[in-house]
Amino acid sequence: MIFLNQILQGVLLGGYYALIACGLSFMFGVMGVINLAHGSLAVVAAYALFVLADRFGVEPFLGLLIVAPAMGLVGWALQRLVLERSARGGLLVPVLSTFGLSIILDNLMFQGFGADTRSLAPYIGDLSYDSWSLTDDIAIGKLAALTMAVAIALLGGIEAFLSRTLIGRAIRATAEDPDTVGLVGINARRVNAIAAAIALATVAIAGAFLGMRATFDPYAGAAQLIFAFEASVIGGAGSLWGTLIGGVVLGVAQSLGAMISPQGFFIAGHLAFLAVLFARLFFGSLGARVRSALAGGARP
Amino acid sequence: MSAVNGAAVERWTPESRIAIAAAAVVVALLAVGPAIFSANAVDKLTTLFIYVILALMWNALVGFCGLVSIGQQAFFGLGAYAAIRLANWGVSVYPSLFLGALIVGALSWPLSLVMLRLKGGEFAIGMWVVSELAHLLVNLDTLVRGETGTSLIELDAYASGSRRALTYWCALAAMTGLVAIVFWLLRSPLGAAIQAIRDNEEAAESIGVRVARAKRLVFTLTAFGAALAGALWVATALTFQPKAYFSPIWTAYMIFMALVGGLGTFEGAILGAVVFFAIETWFGDMGVWYLVGLGATALIFALLFPRGLWGWVEDTTSLRLLPIGYRLRRGNGMNRAKGREPDAGEGGAGGS
Repeated sequence: MIFLNQILQGVLLGGYYALIACGLSFMFGVMGVINLAHGSLAVVAAYALFVLADRFGVEPFLGLLIVAPAMGLVGWALQRLVLERSARGGLLVPVLSTFGLSIILDNLMFQGFGADTRSLAPYIGDLSYDSWSLTDDIAIGKLAALTMAVAIALLGGIEAFLSRTLIGRAIRATAEDPDTVGLVGINARRVNAIAAAIALATVAIAGAFLGMRATFDPYAGAAQLIFAFEASVIGGAGSLWGTLIGGVVLGVAQSLGAMISPQGFFIAGHLAFLAVLFARLFFGSLGARVRSALAGGARP
Repeated sequence: MSAVNGAAVERWTPESRIAIAAAAVVVALLAVGPAIFSANAVDKLTTLFIYVILALMWNALVGFCGLVSIGQQAFFGLGAYAAIRLANWGVSVYPSLFLGALIVGALSWPLSLVMLRLKGGEFAIGMWVVSELAHLLVNLDTLVRGETGTSLIELDAYASGSRRALTYWCALAAMTGLVAIVFWLLRSPLGAAIQAIRDNEEAAESIGVRVARAKRLVFTLTAFGAALAGALWVATALTFQPKAYFSPIWTAYMIFMALVGGLGTFEGAILGAVVFFAIETWFGDMGVWYLVGLGATALIFALLFPRGLWGWVEDTTSLRLLPIGYRLRRGNGMNRAKGREPDAGEGGAGGS
């Protein structure tokens, strides 16, 4: 029963990883850019929500109405000022510039907020600890369930947006061939900026759940980036539903690892990531196959 | 060196001959350093040598092979850990620095088989994951005592003066040796192959460059170099706290040195290390703002001057201090071919 509970908790934890990986996966899939400042930007959003709640009494879910659009603007600026310019320098320059950006953000947050850990949990009432008991050993936390629901809704929403709306199709076309879309009247620069804005708005949501489910500090971004990246790669980089599967695999591996030793939580997660890479080396592109199987119905 | 219509392809130039001779003189002078310099200066120079190794190794991986890694601190930390582990098992302490780095380098070979399947940014963060995993696994060793860390106590057998000098000589020898290896490698057909991969992997493969083998070799060499740097660092710092050694800030330093000095230029790596060393000496006390400044400088260089300081020197002057590429000399000796194309292009043809 404890074993079953660990798996269930791992699946729910996977919901959070899918949520944090959503923006990273979307940006990689659509723009071919891996944003190394991704984790730090999620922490920025968490601090923004914290300040709103702490100073102005705005509760986090309401605060998201302000922070998500604001992060969208940050995404627009990020694309225009950093990513677009560094992409011209070659494929590797965005990696360097976004890593530089993450160092700036982390240390500025440290300068502004100090080393204290913060949490949004005090501002969401009993949601942070309430749970439904299924049996004596198994309980589902309400916040964890909400995280999973939001992750599924967000991934599904983006998937539908990409396949059904005009701008979504323009984003996919631009990802396919930025030069050719110009011929059919799509402004590739604008489309990419919109895509970056959407990605960063999802980062704001991820930041909110980061703050609500646990504590964070100015240097928490690196771990979030790594978890997001692992979920995204395990699921097949750039695939949105794959990201959900990747998140669940990572979460289950971690919570099973935690049964062995306290350090086992992280070790098992990293090992799961490497095992998937290793498996792909020998069994072909596992994630891509899962992705195509899943996306078969969704994409015409 | 064939001459057609009075033009000739040359590798060595008068400047590069002078530069190599000057470098030999500088190394010879540095070798007697401990007899001349103050203890503080010897420690500082040891640090500088380690920075040069780190910059050179990261630059070789990125600048010459097109592999950006955010996880080179994995090898830095493992190198330090391997030295401590071997010394604890009774291996003489200075040989254990080099032996440990060799073991880490050997381990990086099988790792490269998996990691090099990742491309671009995926490789970059994938290496970061490897570094996190290495950190956690090292913490499992009871010798390290978790994040509390341990120290290279075997060095206490030496008096502080002779320990300082020995570490200094080890660092100087390691730096000179690695500079020589990278220099030799880049001039060899393999070096031409490596640079062809950086410029265009598919095209390089199509003309017969064995891409996978060349990348694996550079990956392993740079892992060895970073491990040696880590082992030398623990020999100067004495203490080993896993968190400090496996921190991505080391990669931030490496990126800073390589970007500011000039990605893909041999001289740039050394220049970048010297610049970083100077900045750390002057501004290191500023703590958080110093790190913000480092990040900002790296960002600005990535966006506005991706070829770095040495790239700027090369673009504006045609000065090449180290003879790595080939260049075309006109018959009258004037109007030397400028830019990078002759270097990489001619070299690439030689590697096929």
